[in-house]
Formats: sequence, structure tokens, C-alpha cells
Amino acid sequence: MKKSEKVVGTVANYVDERTGAAKWLKKNLNKVFPDHWSFMLGEIALYSFVILLLTGVFLTFWFDPSQREVLYNGSYEPLSGIKMSAAYASTLDISFDVRGGLLMRQIHHWAALLFMVAIVAHLMRVFFTGAFRKPREFNWILGIGLLTLGIVEGFLGYSLPDDLLSGTGIRIAEAIIQSIPVVGSYLAFFAFGGPFPGEAFIPRIFTVHVLLLPGIFLALITAHLMLVWYQKHTQYPGPGRTEKNVVGYPLMPVYMAKAGGFFFIVFGVTAFIAAVASINPIWLYGPYTPAQISAGSQPDWYMGWLDGLVRMAPPWESYIFGHTISWNILIPGLIVPGILFTAMALYPFIESWLTGDKREHHILDRPRNAPTRTAIGAMSLTFILVTLMTGGNDLLATHFSLTINQITWASRIGVFVLPPLAFVITKRLCLSLQRADRDLILHGRETGRLVRLPHGEFVEVHEPLSAEKAYTLASHEQIPALDLPLEDGAGVRRPKALRAKLRARMSAAVTEQIPKPTSEDLKEIEHH
Amino acid sequence: MSKEVERLSDPGLPDHVHRKADHDPAAADKAERQVSILFMLSVVGTVGFIVAYVFVPSDKFIFVPVMGSTNAQQLFLGLGLAAATLFIGLGAVHWAKTLMPDTEEVAERHELRSEEVDRQDFLATFKARGASSGLPRRSLIKRTLGLALGLVSVSPLILLRDLGPLPKKSLEETSWKSGTRLVTDPGDRPIKASDLEIGAVAQVLPELTPGEERTLNNIAKDAVLLIRIRPEEFQLSPERLSWTHEGIIAFSKICTHMGCAVALYEQQTKHLLCPCHQSTFDVPQAAKVIFGPAARPLPQLEITVDTEGYLIARKPFNQPVGPSFWERS
Repeated sequence: MKKSEKVVGTVANYVDERTGAAKWLKKNLNKVFPDHWSFMLGEIALYSFVILLLTGVFLTFWFDPSQREVLYNGSYEPLSGIKMSAAYASTLDISFDVRGGLLMRQIHHWAALLFMVAIVAHLMRVFFTGAFRKPREFNWILGIGLLTLGIVEGFLGYSLPDDLLSGTGIRIAEAIIQSIPVVGSYLAFFAFGGPFPGEAFIPRIFTVHVLLLPGIFLALITAHLMLVWYQKHTQYPGPGRTEKNVVGYPLMPVYMAKAGGFFFIVFGVTAFIAAVASINPIWLYGPYTPAQISAGSQPDWYMGWLDGLVRMAPPWESYIFGHTISWNILIPGLIVPGILFTAMALYPFIESWLTGDKREHHILDRPRNAPTRTAIGAMSLTFILVTLMTGGNDLLATHFSLTINQITWASRIGVFVLPPLAFVITKRLCLSLQRADRDLILHGRETGRLVRLPHGEFVEVHEPLSAEKAYTLASHEQIPALDLPLEDGAGVRRPKALRAKLRARMSAAVTEQIPKPTSEDLKEIEHH
Repeated sequence: MSKEVERLSDPGLPDHVHRKADHDPAAADKAERQVSILFMLSVVGTVGFIVAYVFVPSDKFIFVPVMGSTNAQQLFLGLGLAAATLFIGLGAVHWAKTLMPDTEEVAERHELRSEEVDRQDFLATFKARGASSGLPRRSLIKRTLGLALGLVSVSPLILLRDLGPLPKKSLEETSWKSGTRLVTDPGDRPIKASDLEIGAVAQVLPELTPGEERTLNNIAKDAVLLIRIRPEEFQLSPERLSWTHEGIIAFSKICTHMGCAVALYEQQTKHLLCPCHQSTFDVPQAAKVIFGPAARPLPQLEITVDTEGYLIARKPFNQPVGPSFWERS
């Protein structure tokens, strides 16, 4: 035995005698993970989170989360001698007087944007492939929780430097809190320690940003990953892949190398972007003061849809019994996002209620094979896209020589018209793709080779699909619509018949499919 | 079984295709060299990172095409770090793809639900253990415990009470009083009507009494825009017209929508625009909302001049400034 092997053996023995870890590790080093590029999206989110923790710790060593007024005398000349908060001054110091400080700030900000991009892309992958179905509903809800926290954490993060842009964002957040009926002004005064802006808010959100939310993040991410581990990963349909197995590469060594290597790739790419692309140059915005503002104020991208909703909202306020209710803030700022996130969290349960499907699913759907789900996804994305673009309406106006009036009205109408349109188009597209799959299986692939038959007719030769390909296209199952009889056997109307009728109708819509080819169909074709 | 049925049934995992490195030792050695080169590039990146940290002066700017003038130290630190990490990653992935086994393995899944026996056992145990605590039977314990737990969870809320004072009337008040002079911001100089030309706009704040400090809290409510137009261009009620002075009209600068500074004044159209959500206010019509999500006009400050000819507020604002809130009547 080599000396190194002996050392490893001794250490392993020492640990195992005290923890019994060998049994668990033996099993899990052999654990199999399916391979697909779309499974890396969640990984990117995880690695960006680690990058955020690393760079964030660095930033806290110099950042002074205080709104105490100081006179700036650092090395950035244009702001020399200007009064500002200690938070803003220390952010300038990090950017100009700490070696590598600006790089760390930029990596931190870029990683935060990437974190949210990866979360949203991962969410889309999970949604469109039906990975949220039983048994993974808990993980879906954990994911929605992480998405929500990510938006809040990101907002708090870019609010910390207390520059003119982020201070304006805080002002808007304060107005949203203040608009809540009955308790709004109390909540706002508690949050800000008195009237806006006060000197309490930055220190408070600092604690939330660096301690409270990261702690919750760690707990939720751990639970999220443990569930993935325990329930085993889903896989795409294909030959040899069933609901009862998982096909892929073992954790050791392939997945350790690939996943570990991928962390460094994500870090490297983020560092490269941060090295060459400036982000949030707060020294150009100046310190926050409530009476000033810069034109073209935009939040970070994941808040843009919210800002867009606010921008397109009609000027509605109610004045009832000496009280003001700001619908122009409540609807876009709280009600619509609340409905959206609730619907998103409940989606797995709604779908299973409409399909009546209560079984476990480990084989992913190809999006075309779930036309209604895919259409709902396209509808939601269209909604977000319209609102996101409205969030930049001032920039659209200046770049494309449009008036704000045109853009706002286009978005007010578009936000109602375009999502349903996207729904219809996507559903039809999915059904057409199903038809194409059906044709492909029944008639084979067009070879482009023309053959003249003895009697003069020209035909194109079709080549049958390989067994693997045909199985991949036809292995999904098609769930029939729910059969909910409105009357019982004796012809008496059942209780809750109306509800059943509605559910049956929605179920029929959800399960609409082009019948996939069966072996009988194939037999018949070949017979001809 | 007919041929067709076979075609749509599972043909099983396709045969494994071997890579060159799997059977050709020379190809495997080449892959090893490639991986090592990638790892060495990472080493070069770290060395570059250290060199940039120690030797590149932090105030040196260089010109880079596309990026423009760039701080050299930050750029090289970033490129060094990027190379140091990226090449470790590329090396590891290349190693996994060329030299590690690429045969797909199959593992069985097991149904997640427990065996029926275990479920029954659990239920029985849970019920028996639960009953042995006496909780289901002893309703007095159940209720008092519920009460105690419910109440104890209130205590953190009580502790949070001192996060801030109660708003009372403070959202409705500003520093403007009857007779307060308007002073420039910045500069704190009192101004006369003649200081403003027609078409001009100025930001003003209430004059400080000696010893008073101006805080951001004050500015957030007190900021006022002065705009001078030709008096005949006003479309105001006689009362509102009397709040102006020689074509000078004063509005709160804080948007009635979400409190941003309404800072964009368009001289030609006489519109005030809030850059946050594009609420647009028409100056000649007492800042009536003509576009955007704001529901109320900007509050107008009643102004006149004092005996020395300086502009003063005749009264405080007649309504709260800034965004709406529940208590606002």
C-alpha cells in the first residue's frame, strides 16, 4: 500500500468510527445524475449565490451602512468636499481607494443580475417541462420563495450605496408601503424610523441584506437541494429512460468534476464581465437628496416589470369618508404581483386538479406535448415582457423617437391583448408540432430523394425513423379529459354540478392533444 | 409481437460509442496535456492578478478600444481573476469529458411513499404517543397552551414598536409657515420676483431660522419649484391666481404619485414631468395632471412679497405634499 493511501485510510477510519459516514457516502458517490444543458441553469443560480456570498463578505469590510452626514475627501475629485451619507462615501472609497474594491463591487452586482437571470431561466425550464409535478411540488414552492427573496434581496442590495438613483428607488418603496390602506403610514414610519428618508433605513436594510435574508436563502437552498438529491433528478424522455429509473453519470468522479468545474467557469465569466463592463457607476449619480433626480431612472432588470406596471397604471384614487386609497399604487405595486406570485405557487395543484393526475412523474414533458401549460407559460412571459418594456418607456421613447403617450397607451392595451394572443398562438403551435411528430413517426423522414415508378409516377422516398427516435417522440402519455358526469345514475343532478361543469370544461382545454400514433396506426400505414 | 409494435416500444439504451481516448493511449495522453495546459493558464492568471495588485498603480488609466479610458489596475485584477478561475473550470470539464468514464449508468428509482406497514405503524405510534401525552383529552391544557403560545408570539411585535414614532400629523405638515421667505437651493439666498425671468424655473426651500439645520427630512417635504410665465397664460380660478405673484407660481416639487422629484420642466409646453413614472403636470392649470399615473395636482404654495420685496409664503401648503396615504382627507 502506498503511503498516501495509508494516510487516507487512517483519516477515513477515524471519521467513520465517529460518524458512520462510510455507508451513506458509499451509496451517494455512486449516485447517478442525468445530463442535459438545461439542468445547469439551477446550478448557475447556486454558483452565483456562492459568488455573492464571497464578494459580499469582502464589501462589508469597508462599507459603512450609515446615513450619518460626512464630508467627502477621498480620491474621486469631482465629489470632493460634498456632503453625503457615510454609506455613499464608503461606497466611493471601495470603488476608488480599496485595491480590487471596484472589481468586487462589479462582480457582486453582475453576479446578482446573473443570479436572477439563472433563477428565472431555471424556473422556465422547470415549468415548461412539467418538472414541478408530483412529487416535486414542495420544491416548486421553495423555488417561488427563492425567486421572491431574490427580488427583495437584490433591491435592498442596490439600495445600500444611498446614491441618487437608489435613493429614488427607496422613495418609491416608501410610497408603496405608505399606500397600504389603514396601516400604511404607520408601517412606513416604523420602517424608516420616522419620516422619509430619516437615518435608520440604510442600517436596517443592511442587516436584512447581509444577515437575515442570506440566512433564509441558505436554509431554503439547502432544503431545495436536499429534495433534489433525495427525490432524484428528473430526466428527458428517450430510449432506456423510464419512470422507474434514472440514467446518467455517477457523482464521483464525473459529476464532481463537471459541477465543480462549472462553478469556476461561472466565477470566471462573471469576473470577466465585471472586469470589462462597468455597472452601477454610483459616482456619476451623486449622493441622494430628495429634491433631485436624474432622468431615465431605471431599476435593475428583475424589478423592471413592477416599475412598468406602475408606469402604465391609470391615475385612480378613491376618497372615501376622509380617507385616500391609491389604486394607482396598490394595483400595480401590490395586488397584481400578489395575484401573480400566488397563481405561480399554486400552479402545480391547479394543473393536477384539472388533469386528475395524482401519479409521480420523473420523465419530463416536451413542451409541445403539454400545449395548454406551454401556452400559459408563453402568456405569462408575454405579460412580463410588456410590463418590462413599459418599465423602460422613457428610454424607448428617446431611442425610437416615440412619445411617452404612444408607448403608455400601447402598453395599457397590449398588456390585456398580447398575453391571450400569445396563449392562442402558442397552443396552436404546440398542436401543430404534435401533428408534425405524428407525421414523422407514421411516414418517416423526407429524404429528398425522388424515385420514378415504372408507371411514370414520381414519389419521394421516406425513410422510417430509427426505433430510438420514434420512441422518444411517442413515449409520452396523453391524459384524457376528466369525465365528470353532471347527473348520477338515476338522472338526478349531482350537487355542485356547476362547479363540475366548469372543471370538466377547463380539463378538456388542458388535455387537448393531437392523438399520438399507435402501433395500429403504423400497421395500417404499412399495410398500404 | 409484430414489427410495428416493437418500433414504438422502448428499444433500450443505445450502444455506447467509445471515444478516441478510451482505446488510444496517445489520444489519452494528449487529453491529459490539454487539461494540464488549461490548469497552467489558471496559474498564469493568478500570477497576473498578484502582479496587478502589487505593481500596477491604482490611479493609472489606459485606453482600451470599445471600453474607452479604463482603470488599469481594476481591469488587470479582473482579467487575472477571470483567467485564474475560468481555466480551472475549463480544465476540470475537459478532463471529465475526455478522460473520465462516459458510459451512462442506470440507477433504479424507488417510490417515495413508505411501505403500507410503515405508514400504519407510524399512524398507530403517533396516535398512541399523542394520546399518552394526554393532550387530546385534556382540553384545559390544550386551550391554555394555545393561548400562551399565541400571546408569546405577540412579544416580538411589541418589541418592534419602537422602530419608529407614530406618524401623527407629520405627513401633513411642512416647514412652510405664513411669512416664510423663499431661499435658493443651493445658496440659501432670499429672492425677489425680478430675479426670475419669464420662462425661468428655480428650486427654493424655506428660509432657516438662525441655528436651524436643514435635514434631508425637511427637503423631502419642503422642496418647492418656482416657475415664471406670462401672467395672461394662467388658466386659474381667481382665488388660485391670487396665490401667484407677477406670473410666478410655486408648486411642491415632490410628486403626488410616489414622491420623486418632479424635476423636468418643458419651457415650450409649460409641462412639468416626473422622470420616475412620467406623470405630467400642466403649469398654467395649477399643475393639473394631464398624463401618467399621478392622481392629484402638485400642491400649490400661496406666495407674495414682503415689505423688502422678497418672495414669501403667505400660508402653509393647503394640503399634504407627496404621495397619498390612508389618513389623507
